[in-house]
Amino acid sequence: MRIVAFLVSLVITGLLIACLGSRWCLPLPLGSFLSPQHGVWQNAEPATRQFNDELLFSSLQSDAAVYFDERLVPHIVADSDEDAYFIQGYLHAKFRLWQMEFQARAAAGRISEIVGEAAVGFDKGKRRLGMVYAAENMLKEAEADPLTKTMLDSYTAGVNAFISSLTESALPIEYKLLGYTPEKWSNFKTALFVKQMSQTLSGFSDDLPMTKAKAFFGDRAMRILFPQVADSLDPVIPRGTHYPPASVVPTPPASGDSLYIRSDGLDGGKLQEMEKPDKNNGSNNWAVSGAKTQSGMPILCNDPHLTLSMPSIWYELQLTTPDMNAYGVSFPGAPGVIIGFNENIAFGFTSSERDVLDYYKVKLKDDSKTQYYFDSAWTDTRLRIEEIKVKNKPAVYDTVAYTAFGPVMYDKSFPAAEGSSDALAVRWKAHDASNELLLWHYLDRAANYQDYTNALQHFTCPGHNIVFASRSGDIAIWHQGVFPARWNRQGLYVMPGEDSSYMWQGYIPMQENPHVLDTARGFVSSANQRPADSSYPYFINGAYDLYRGIAINRKLAGMQGITPGDMMKLQNDNYNTLAETARPLFLKYIDENNASPEGKKYYEMVKHWSLYNDIRESAPTVFSIWLGNLEKQVWNDEFEKAGVVDLRPSESTLVEALLKNDSTFVYIDNINTPEKETIRELANAAFQHTVKTADSLSNMNKLEWGAYKNTSVYHLLGEKMLPFARTGLPIGGGEHVINATKSKHGPSWRMVVQLGETPEAYVVYPGGQSGNPGSPYYDQFIDKWAAGEYYKAWFMKRGEKGDEKLVWKMIFKKG
Amino acid sequence: MRFIVCLLLIMLLSFVSSLYFPWWIIGIIAFAVSSFIIQKPYLAFLTGFTALLLLWGGLAWYISSVNHHILAHKISVLVVQQDSPFLLILLTALTGALVAGLASLTGSLMRRLF
Repeated sequence: MRIVAFLVSLVITGLLIACLGSRWCLPLPLGSFLSPQHGVWQNAEPATRQFNDELLFSSLQSDAAVYFDERLVPHIVADSDEDAYFIQGYLHAKFRLWQMEFQARAAAGRISEIVGEAAVGFDKGKRRLGMVYAAENMLKEAEADPLTKTMLDSYTAGVNAFISSLTESALPIEYKLLGYTPEKWSNFKTALFVKQMSQTLSGFSDDLPMTKAKAFFGDRAMRILFPQVADSLDPVIPRGTHYPPASVVPTPPASGDSLYIRSDGLDGGKLQEMEKPDKNNGSNNWAVSGAKTQSGMPILCNDPHLTLSMPSIWYELQLTTPDMNAYGVSFPGAPGVIIGFNENIAFGFTSSERDVLDYYKVKLKDDSKTQYYFDSAWTDTRLRIEEIKVKNKPAVYDTVAYTAFGPVMYDKSFPAAEGSSDALAVRWKAHDASNELLLWHYLDRAANYQDYTNALQHFTCPGHNIVFASRSGDIAIWHQGVFPARWNRQGLYVMPGEDSSYMWQGYIPMQENPHVLDTARGFVSSANQRPADSSYPYFINGAYDLYRGIAINRKLAGMQGITPGDMMKLQNDNYNTLAETARPLFLKYIDENNASPEGKKYYEMVKHWSLYNDIRESAPTVFSIWLGNLEKQVWNDEFEKAGVVDLRPSESTLVEALLKNDSTFVYIDNINTPEKETIRELANAAFQHTVKTADSLSNMNKLEWGAYKNTSVYHLLGEKMLPFARTGLPIGGGEHVINATKSKHGPSWRMVVQLGETPEAYVVYPGGQSGNPGSPYYDQFIDKWAAGEYYKAWFMKRGEKGDEKLVWKMIFKKG
Repeated sequence: MRFIVCLLLIMLLSFVSSLYFPWWIIGIIAFAVSSFIIQKPYLAFLTGFTALLLLWGGLAWYISSVNHHILAHKISVLVVQQDSPFLLILLTALTGALVAGLASLTGSLMRRLF
């Protein structure tokens, strides 16, 4: 009897421990997860935690120190590049390990390993786009160069030094929640991270929906619906700049028209492309010359717009060695300062938005994908077997065929459209060998314009508008990258891939990229608009913005005696230039007298609106809903019939056409009804829907712009980790506004730098230095960011020690 | 008296051994202590249960307080679907208590076999 009682008790105890120690009976292993000495409690950082430390590493060349200021920004002081990058790697890992490891896995298409089946489609997309192939090509080049080899090796050693010191209890919280452990870092993972940024900023193309749309509308109409140069364009390089004739002149294929422009393009039904990066990925940057500033010194500003996330994509730091003193933000996952300044110069980036990704329709011999028809012969493909490991499930295998163009991204087993058997190979500039890290190596150490242009030659993809200002008074901007020299309209649609005549024939030489140094107007700027007007001799299609550039240039042109404070105000400017252009249409067509009392109220609201997208205003909500409805009324009938889901002409195309009152603009008519609709009818129908929506928003107290927009910064794992997010932030702005803060997207870093004896910089980003949701430093800067406020950066001069601003000291000893 | 000695012994040994071993070491400790020091089975259960209720509850409460409950506010939403640091601390304490209580009971039942 006693033995039975003992055995029963033993079994129950054993089962309980097994249950609490694994995930087979509970979604979380509550025993290990809640154990105060092992689990999640270990991530609850004491609010008064001290970050002083003394660490010993045999791989260091000499002793080094890291001074942390009160915002937990490290100022790394090392005697060699090796030690500086080692420490940067160590700190990235110490404060952001989970994020950098997760992002490198995501880039490689390895998320199914940690979250299971749900991510198989995502992973396949990454493999099909050739992300690993691109990273391998980059790594070969980067490791062949002694400078970047040192950067990578030291950085990787630093990350791994931290990973080796990790105990179970010290694992970042996300590992404990998802139940896995970090892998060792490698140079390859840094290359993957760089390629992930290439994808975010250049890994998209509208070739597929454009091809579908062309089959419906015809090329002639497509020129009107998707014009290359908007009437109101204010390009990066001022209008009227003289460009020399193109030195690389590509020859269009003889069969051009018949095959390319007239072919029906793609088979199958509705498009089902893999998830594309956010089209709103963009940015603002500008520099004003000393002639326009109060101090007489140039000021440079940059705010890159990305999907907002925590932990933030950025980690702020200062890197000091005998030949470098760079301050700014870095990417956890890569060495160097990416956006920032040193004692002599400052630099910032906005995406070029240029199209560097084309699709070619290839003919595979059969489902084995071993051969494709190219230049009149069956040619072997190179097959890459992708093994996608899946958590708790057997691995999934996918075969990707590589052609002379690049990987076959879509085919029968991964179709681009419902029921499609088209094989589409992708030609993407990011697949080519390159060494972007070299750009940052030189830029972080640059002292003048010469050094800056010298650094730029290493930048190939993704292209950027790189703004520059120097202490000696120069300001400049280069639209830089390696871009294909296209024949007119090459690459707008899927191209025939049965011979080489449609391939890229050459690249635009760097000297012919749009650029300007020290303009007469006293400032340079970019905001993702087209870099040059139509006199630029190359065909340069892209996903450009129009309105932010207009707003910035107008403001800067009218300013004198500029202070850093003025620039901070400008970065937070909520003026809506699109609404300025489009409101006359609203006032002209909306029939105020026939509107309901509510309708009249909303009409008056828009009529008297200041045109600022401020949080307390309701007019921006009403106006943006109305414009969105109008766009649907105009476009949906045609584009739905064309089978095109997510591509529509831009707002500027519609607004400019309506303002011109162009009678050839036939799209106002709803092709699904026998009547001929007028713009007045459409505008009022759109307004009636708007009134209904506005009423219900008003009932929920969500009509005011701030509440309606609901700007939120989510954790990288999204809404599943809602408690790790900051939602409903009180911040204005929006699409096409200088303060480009949308619902989940916006300025991921704001920087204003005035050069001088010591650079004077004001900075902020929506996050915090620590990636740990259990740390007070996790979301420390968010409220200040939302309020449009900044921190004054503490720029440490070499040799300077022990300022009161420097609160903690971490000593790295050579052991 | 024996209760108090057992209680303190389990608490102390659990704390120290958790610095070096995985979380389930608390089960081994409770089992071992109760099989060495004879108590009635229900008392043994109570000893282990109370020891870890106090140890894990106390540790979690202390850690959370110096953290100003920043983390507990967030994790409690994920685990108990409620923004309540107290509930998360209670759940932590009960989890440890149940494991140690049952392990203690098993230890004392084993001792009775000999």
